[in-house]
Amino acid sequence: MAVLIDETTKVVVQGLTGKEGSFHALRNRAYGTNVVAGVTPGKAGLDVEGIPVFDNVASAVAETGADTSLIFVPARFAADAILEATESGVALAVCITEGVPAADMARVHSYLEGKHTTLVGPNCPGLISPGKANVGIIPGEICTPGRLGLVSRSGTLTYQIVHELTQLGIGQSTCIGIGGDPVHGVDHIDALRMFQDDDETDTIVLIGEIGGDAEERAAAYAAENVTKPVIAYIAGFEAPPGKRMGHAGAIVTGSSGTAAAKAEALEAAGVRVGKTPTEVAQIVQAVV
Amino acid sequence: MDLYEHQGKELFAKHHIPVPQGIVATSPEEAAKANDQLGGRSVVKVQVQIGGRGKGGGIKLVSSASEAAEAARVMLEGGFKDMKVIRVLVEEQLPIAAEFYMAITLDRTSGDYLAMVSSEGGMDIEEVAATKPDALRRRHIDPMLGMQSYQARFLAGGLPEDARGPAAEVVQKLWGLMEDSDATLVEINPLVLLEDGRVVALDAKVTVDDSALYRQAELAELANVFPIDPTEARAKREGLQYVKLDGSVGIIGNGAGLVMSTLDVVAQAGGKAANFLDIGGGASAGLMATSLEVILSDPAVRSVLINVFGGITRCDLVAKGILEALERVEARVPLVVRLDGTNAEEGRRILSDAAHPRIVPKPTMLEAAAEAARLAEVS
Repeated sequence: MAVLIDETTKVVVQGLTGKEGSFHALRNRAYGTNVVAGVTPGKAGLDVEGIPVFDNVASAVAETGADTSLIFVPARFAADAILEATESGVALAVCITEGVPAADMARVHSYLEGKHTTLVGPNCPGLISPGKANVGIIPGEICTPGRLGLVSRSGTLTYQIVHELTQLGIGQSTCIGIGGDPVHGVDHIDALRMFQDDDETDTIVLIGEIGGDAEERAAAYAAENVTKPVIAYIAGFEAPPGKRMGHAGAIVTGSSGTAAAKAEALEAAGVRVGKTPTEVAQIVQAVV
Repeated sequence: MDLYEHQGKELFAKHHIPVPQGIVATSPEEAAKANDQLGGRSVVKVQVQIGGRGKGGGIKLVSSASEAAEAARVMLEGGFKDMKVIRVLVEEQLPIAAEFYMAITLDRTSGDYLAMVSSEGGMDIEEVAATKPDALRRRHIDPMLGMQSYQARFLAGGLPEDARGPAAEVVQKLWGLMEDSDATLVEINPLVLLEDGRVVALDAKVTVDDSALYRQAELAELANVFPIDPTEARAKREGLQYVKLDGSVGIIGNGAGLVMSTLDVVAQAGGKAANFLDIGGGASAGLMATSLEVILSDPAVRSVLINVFGGITRCDLVAKGILEALERVEARVPLVVRLDGTNAEEGRRILSDAAHPRIVPKPTMLEAAAEAARLAEVS
């Protein structure tokens, strides 16, 4: 069934009436996603090209049965929006917003423990199950339905690799952009577990970058728990230590978080690591 | 954003964390005067944002005004490890009985905070963890609850008895600072026990979350006094994500991951990137012109690689943006352009119709990287 989202997913967009929110919500709807509601405090009763707007997530969920929230609110309101979505009982919250303070995310992370809401993001492109649903800003045109699951910390690098896969005729079950911030929701390990358990996914592509140790931990997890082939790509071999490379989480601190260490850990775990986005697609083609 | 030591110590003082008396000096004369104010003996410390100051000659014990002036002069004129130095910190000398380590950091693995106290001061903490694990005490701090008293007592509990009480207070105050300042790292190395029983922070390393600067007005102000590279300063003002590197291929791309990947692919093709520059999702003519100006102001740049994957961004608009930018900026080096994704064909057609003498279109990222690396060699 793909993972996290499919043709039955019902989306409420927090920040629907904003420029970004309306643009992407309408694109997602045009893709075939059930965008059932929007939320902007104080604007209940309006609609955006037929999508009804509510004052809060709880009433949107009550009225429309939305089970997934897509968040486009400004960074200073993002933590509040995620908490509201969680308390309103949606199963999935996808936060696209970039620049959310780390302290806010640490509190959100602590709050989410034990709750039944899964968070994707923030600072992410969202996720897509090609042919079924698109929740976020990944361009649907570059994807094609298939049996490859992809997880990535990056946006455009994901598009690049998906594009190369699609051109080689390799379709995707679900592509998940988990985001480039230090504290975030779904991580590489969660994605590996979901793809391993998904009977519509045969092969997994894992895209990482410098900073933290998520890829190293994913490597250890894959070695123990994943029987499907995993192909990886790591960006940032040329990044100097101590410099933030765009993403808040993309920084080599001292000797930890380097691309070389990550690639090495993945290869030691039996994961094949492509040297370029093109080589990743070629390895996948050879495997499937 | 990393604070300088003296800025970190000012922040410590506001949070009642004991620090040595100190005076910032920007000239040898000021350093001499500061030394006298501190009683005729002092420590002169170079203010740079890299480690290894002690071993690298960046910390000098002096016992006269003329020695203080000379130490400051060497640091201010000579710089430190290729970094420009505009300030030194002159501090009182203190009688040290023992040195420790204390830090709290955002722990991205667990999504909370990690506090650490070690009885081994002055050492790299990863080395302590590896070689003397018993000397290091760690506790995760729940951001909802904050640091509890028992956690502070536990953390300080491995220190010599005299230091435990005051160190527990320091770690608790350090947590308060972390919360109030939106810091992602606070580190004291070394934290010292003085012969008179006081516990004092001899160093201060503070990293403030850039994403939280909007609500940290005072700390955001500090960024304006940083002597950063003028090109980086300009890029920052324009809202570009720019990092100066030391190669000759200028890079412009959209999205952090793709730009990082571009740097790697250029290196594999035998070139070396001159910078990291992420123009984000916009790629308008104005942004492209500014990006080109920023990159071409680096004299080391011999070729430029523009690598755009149009997702939401449309490649036809990017192509028009590049052409418009070239009306405003003189391209002194060749520009290799690779456009892919949304409306890529139209974008490529716009570039080939324009037939600009400096634009070299390439169909794939790998071919573009190879060409940019080659042109940087021959031009």
